[in-house]
Amino acid sequence: MKQQDSGDRYEIRFSGSGGQGLITAAVVFAEAVGVYDGRYVCQTQSYGPEARGGKSKAEVVISDRPIDYPKALELDLLLAMNQAACDAYFYDLKQNGILVVDSTLVEQFPTSRVIAIPFTGIARDEIGKVLVANMVALGAIGLLSGQVDLDNLEKALLARVPRGTEEMNRDALRRGIEEAGKVNLAELPRSVMNEDEE
Amino acid sequence: MPESAQTTARQLLQGNEAVVHGALAAGCRFFAGYPITPASEIAEHLSVLLPAVDGTFIQMEDEIASIGAVIGASLAGVKAMTATSGPGFSLMQENLGFACVAEVPCVIVNVMRGGPSTGLPTSPAQGDVQMARWGTHGDHPVVVLAVSSVLDSFSITVKAFNIAEKYRVPVILLSDEVVAHTREAVQLPPQNEIKVVDRIRPSMPPDWYKPYEGDNRGVPPMAAFGDGYRHHVTGLIHDEHGYPTQNRKEIESFHERMARKISRGFPDIQMTRGFHTRDAEVLVIAYGSVARSALRAVEDARSKGLKAGLLQLITLFPFPRSTVTPLLKQCRAVLVPEMNMGQISREVQRVNQCDCRIVKHNRVDGQFITPMEITRDLLKL
Repeated sequence: MKQQDSGDRYEIRFSGSGGQGLITAAVVFAEAVGVYDGRYVCQTQSYGPEARGGKSKAEVVISDRPIDYPKALELDLLLAMNQAACDAYFYDLKQNGILVVDSTLVEQFPTSRVIAIPFTGIARDEIGKVLVANMVALGAIGLLSGQVDLDNLEKALLARVPRGTEEMNRDALRRGIEEAGKVNLAELPRSVMNEDEE
Repeated sequence: MPESAQTTARQLLQGNEAVVHGALAAGCRFFAGYPITPASEIAEHLSVLLPAVDGTFIQMEDEIASIGAVIGASLAGVKAMTATSGPGFSLMQENLGFACVAEVPCVIVNVMRGGPSTGLPTSPAQGDVQMARWGTHGDHPVVVLAVSSVLDSFSITVKAFNIAEKYRVPVILLSDEVVAHTREAVQLPPQNEIKVVDRIRPSMPPDWYKPYEGDNRGVPPMAAFGDGYRHHVTGLIHDEHGYPTQNRKEIESFHERMARKISRGFPDIQMTRGFHTRDAEVLVIAYGSVARSALRAVEDARSKGLKAGLLQLITLFPFPRSTVTPLLKQCRAVLVPEMNMGQISREVQRVNQCDCRIVKHNRVDGQFITPMEITRDLLKL
């Protein structure tokens, strides 16, 4: 059965493993959209009982109307920061939704309609800390989703991160935006999945 | 006592944080608790914010001690609360009974997670509904409220304190993992727009004070320890002076007053929200986070031509029968989706005195109920 139309909602899922900072990235995104841009937003998450490792996902639902159901129904954008998350959540994407993967950690793509950026590699080799891979990804998603004012995204980020790490986080965010700017969304192959196949 | 510096700027808050702001706005100045997922953020934020308004935060050795400290603080005249989840709420049941019988106003937040026992610490559930009503032994008055959003978590927490103070009754605020951890951008109302109720203190000379003589509402004025009104507080059934009694008339009138003080307050205590109920032919009755799924499902069913409505229960107990019953007469079928095996559907069934069909939709796999599954059931009604 086809799901109901999610209409005016834009839905993003940040997924990977515990400790990758996916919830933090989602919170910053939600704060930029909800507080700075002034739109309706719901940010949710689910994780296992472990502090690190285990599956982790965080979602952001954006709308211009009050949001009833706070979690994602059909994803407009999926960020997968490891192979397990990519495999598990790819099928929650809308037809022609955007799949963004960390190509440092995801080796097998379930589709050719994929944006592969080595977030972890960039964080490690260029910024100098693997820890900020989430912020490189956040920058990329900020641009690719088209749902947030990028200046506000940076403001929200700087207001959330611990003092002394602002510069590193800002560099990571900007590097992600830059990398995503090289992607031409219109040139991505169209999804071959059609409604009848579901 | 300094006012809490409540910001009215737009901010991104979690349900648990909104409970904290609601408690502070209602005048809560004491918290004793023990951390537990998914309620920990409440203690975490209060540990910072309470001292800033000259309030007291104590991390206790366990939940039994936590509610004990809360009862003590309230008897000393301070609005007090604790927050926990299922396993901690189980431990609190004995002292909760004491708060009921000694008529100690307090707010107990239970952020529900999967149970029983340690269960599913990070998963949502609504399995503690009947326990919130009947968890402590004996017939006792208690009020149970359920929140569904970040703004609710603020305003219903204020209301929880107001009910506790007005009726001298413990109020249990049920949240769940979804509501507790969902962040939304909200703007909280300024303090001067928030209605805050304080307990009535005795005004007669101390010698005339009967600590358990109800006023015309059945609620006794409450002296704080240290006010100069010497009185005795006990878990034994007591007379108007607060001393244990075996006198059958006194026992009976005690129980009757306890029940009456709540039943007289039904119009004030029983809160619901209706969506598209006016012309509804089928109805969803939901509460907590599930009410949000249900709202979307009802809108969707309407777009498919079904005259569906939603009654969201904010007050679960005393069960808002006067709102539910007329809707049961109006609708041919009612669907009750819950993240348990059917704890409110049995209440709906209980007040169903016509041939309205009551259909359950239960989910106990640690997953949040989606709008699609509710719509699917609605279209089959």
